[in-house]
Amino acid sequence: MSAVQVARTVDAKGLSCPMPIVKTAQAIKEMPSGALLEVIATDPGSTKDFVAWAKSTGNELVEQSADGGVFRFILRKK
Amino acid sequence: MSDTINLVLFSGTDDKLQVASVLTAGAAALGKRVNIFLQYWALDAFRADRIDADHGLAPEAGPAGRAAVDALRAAGQASWKETLVQAKELGEVDIQACSLSMDLLHIEQSDLDPIVDGVEGVTAFYLNADDGEIVFI
Repeated sequence: MSAVQVARTVDAKGLSCPMPIVKTAQAIKEMPSGALLEVIATDPGSTKDFVAWAKSTGNELVEQSADGGVFRFILRKK
Repeated sequence: MSDTINLVLFSGTDDKLQVASVLTAGAAALGKRVNIFLQYWALDAFRADRIDADHGLAPEAGPAGRAAVDALRAAGQASWKETLVQAKELGEVDIQACSLSMDLLHIEQSDLDPIVDGVEGVTAFYLNADDGEIVFI
């Protein structure tokens, strides 16, 4: 995993659909354009959700990784 | 897909309302407007004095379904009401009570939880539905 500098982290571990995305959308709303948001989730369905959400909203999914059931996403606010 | 999604909620069991709230929150997270139209038993579930009560599950759940639902809630899943509250904070979610169903249940807007934004008839619902999908739950 990279050590990129993020402005904010959303801990969505243990949350099931739709909460990881809802918490992400809430957080990114409050961030300035270009800022990086890190989200950590354990919901297995979240991988596809984040790809779809990024594509639909225009916020770039910069990076994603998985490590033993824990998924990490880095998003850049458009 | 349109920018507006319209949900007509008829069923008043917790499982179906949970699905409705997830569809709503997902749409709100994508920046879509959600119009919810409460009918019959779904409207009844939004009464202020029973919105947080146990509304049971659809018959097909059975005992196994009940156990599964309880386990997910025990693991921290938000209730459908909490999910709707979050969806409303996140995006444009409008919840309207069907005036026909208000008559059916003999209630007034003051009997409903504040999460309900107003009362309207089918014509206003269709007008606000625009070219978005209409989903019946």
